[in-house]
Amino acid sequence: MTKLPTWADVVLVPLISLLLAAVISAIVILAIGQDPVNAVKVMVTGALGSPYGWGYTLYYTTSFIFTGLAVTVAYHAGQFNIGGEGQAQIGGLGVALVCLALPWPHWTLALPAAMIGAALFGAAWAAIPAYLQAKRGSHIVITTIMFNYIAAALIIYLLVGVLKPAGQMDPATARFPAGAALPTFKEIPGLGLIFRSNTPANVTFFVAIAACWGVWILLWRTRLGYSIRAFGKSEPAAIYAGISPFKMIMISMLLSGGLSGMMAINNVMGEAERLVQNSAEGAGFIGIAVALMGRNHPLGVFLAALLFGFLYQGGAEMGLWTTIPIELRLLVQGLVILFTGALDTMVRMMLGVFFRARTKGAA
Amino acid sequence: MDYATLLQILDTTVRFATPLLLACLAGLYSERSGVFDIGLEGKMLMAGMSAGAVAALTGSVWLGLLAAIAGSVLFSIVHGLASITFRGNQLISGVALNFVASGATVLVAQSLFGQGGRTPPLSGAARFNPITLPFAESARAIPGIGPFYAEVVSGHSILVYAALAAVPLTWWALYRTRFGLRLRAVGENPESVDTAGVSVIRLRYTAVMITGVLCGMAGAYMATGLQAGFGKEMTAGRGYIALAALIFAKWRPWYALGATMLFGFFQALALRPDVIKRTIGIDIPVPALDALPYILTVVVLAGFVGRAIGPRAGGIPYVKER
Repeated sequence: MTKLPTWADVVLVPLISLLLAAVISAIVILAIGQDPVNAVKVMVTGALGSPYGWGYTLYYTTSFIFTGLAVTVAYHAGQFNIGGEGQAQIGGLGVALVCLALPWPHWTLALPAAMIGAALFGAAWAAIPAYLQAKRGSHIVITTIMFNYIAAALIIYLLVGVLKPAGQMDPATARFPAGAALPTFKEIPGLGLIFRSNTPANVTFFVAIAACWGVWILLWRTRLGYSIRAFGKSEPAAIYAGISPFKMIMISMLLSGGLSGMMAINNVMGEAERLVQNSAEGAGFIGIAVALMGRNHPLGVFLAALLFGFLYQGGAEMGLWTTIPIELRLLVQGLVILFTGALDTMVRMMLGVFFRARTKGAA
Repeated sequence: MDYATLLQILDTTVRFATPLLLACLAGLYSERSGVFDIGLEGKMLMAGMSAGAVAALTGSVWLGLLAAIAGSVLFSIVHGLASITFRGNQLISGVALNFVASGATVLVAQSLFGQGGRTPPLSGAARFNPITLPFAESARAIPGIGPFYAEVVSGHSILVYAALAAVPLTWWALYRTRFGLRLRAVGENPESVDTAGVSVIRLRYTAVMITGVLCGMAGAYMATGLQAGFGKEMTAGRGYIALAALIFAKWRPWYALGATMLFGFFQALALRPDVIKRTIGIDIPVPALDALPYILTVVVLAGFVGRAIGPRAGGIPYVKER
């Protein structure tokens, strides 16, 4: 197989994968008797055509950045963390406990505390699978899947029994105090001039951008990041260099779980303002698609999260204004994961043929 | 708990365990050949929708079953292409296909029937109906074993008996045939199989196709046996429970029967919290019962109770020459 130039590997492979996913989705839309062009129009208008649409798109983007970064950090240590969904839900539990513990006077105090709560709970949920992988060799993919289901059961148990305030019917925690409410884009000075209507996008967006930068610094500018990447590339080499596999698996998975958990400040604290069942709504799984699409680089993750934010908001609008079911989002998501993660060799082979022909032509 | 209640719960156990058993055996073939498959869930879902839709349109449950197998095998082919031919990441391929199935099933069911992603309720010949085994009614009079035969053993649909028959069949195929020997070898050490002049690619594709057929039966049973029609996300994590059962059973057919029966029993108990309370005096929360299969699997994976070690070449694509 021809080795592709770096720019083709970084830019062309994900773009062609996306194109393939889009073409197949279009064929499916045609097959169920709908108009793909109109669907795209509705999606673009609904997600990007107004500040209102952007408010939702950026809200989804924020969540996906966190879960995408979570998958990225684990990936660089050679671990496939598929448990982002459970970690995000448990992170939500951390946020809820912090927000309900004190009558917070102002969000600037509540936000750092909630971030710590979210990250600690998310990390704790990743800690057991990480430990079992590092010490007992239990396959981390399987254990993290199991922990997603255990998390869901635990949250249901807590919301139905322990955390539900007396006299409330629906299984959820009490509302968070007003002081814990995060400012949305409408309430942020300056941004409020653009985002005039109420949208769920909130200050967490900036925390997410900071997290992207932080992950980049960590992975490419620190000794720890170097060890993580070295371990992920070659375990025997890392051991030879005195890097402890146990430490690397634990640290990368705790960071990964913490990042997944941090997602909860966006949806639980910033939007719902209480903890409900299935709070992550699949964002943990979208993190896989985002990380694969973003080639496991924070900048790529940011762009891919934006793309999936668009897909989610656009898909919701499409479900509202056309007769195409909203589940199209899942199909596109699955196809993107398939082409970028599992069939990427196929895409590379296709490109390889092209590049080989080109170099021959030049010579 | 009196005997009648126990029989009732055991009857439900058998019905709940059947899709788990079929999916578990499905996963067994694939994983024994060295191809991880976490896409059992998606295949079952696709099969359930195909069975529900075709049975509703044609009125024949057998055509529904064929459609279910076709739908499931289609996913197997994609999984095979990704993980065998293009040597992609098998885990990611499985995850991806689960999402594709979640989306595609609703899209197709909605465009065909317009009932919010469901297929119309099935009845009569469009469903797999219970079969009363010979002498079930006359045997009821025999104390102890009689009611057990009539209630638990008899009165299931043909797919339940097919699933039970698949267990010894799988055992025989795996341990008493040439195919089985090669299948086990290709999951442990594909080089040796290749050196012996047997095609690794073909063996793995065969295994993945068998997985597709069995998942198709599991999905068909969900939509036309256990329930009367397909509903959105109707498999509700059963593919993952089957995967858990496969690990719990350490990739062996008879143990798979035991594991799926146990997990089916938990599901049956979760429906009757009143019985648990009366029997052991403690109120076990339903979510705890739901989580039990997953917790048990983690414990087994951790190796605290009998270590679970999968096929050695599992998850690694085979490269013939370097």
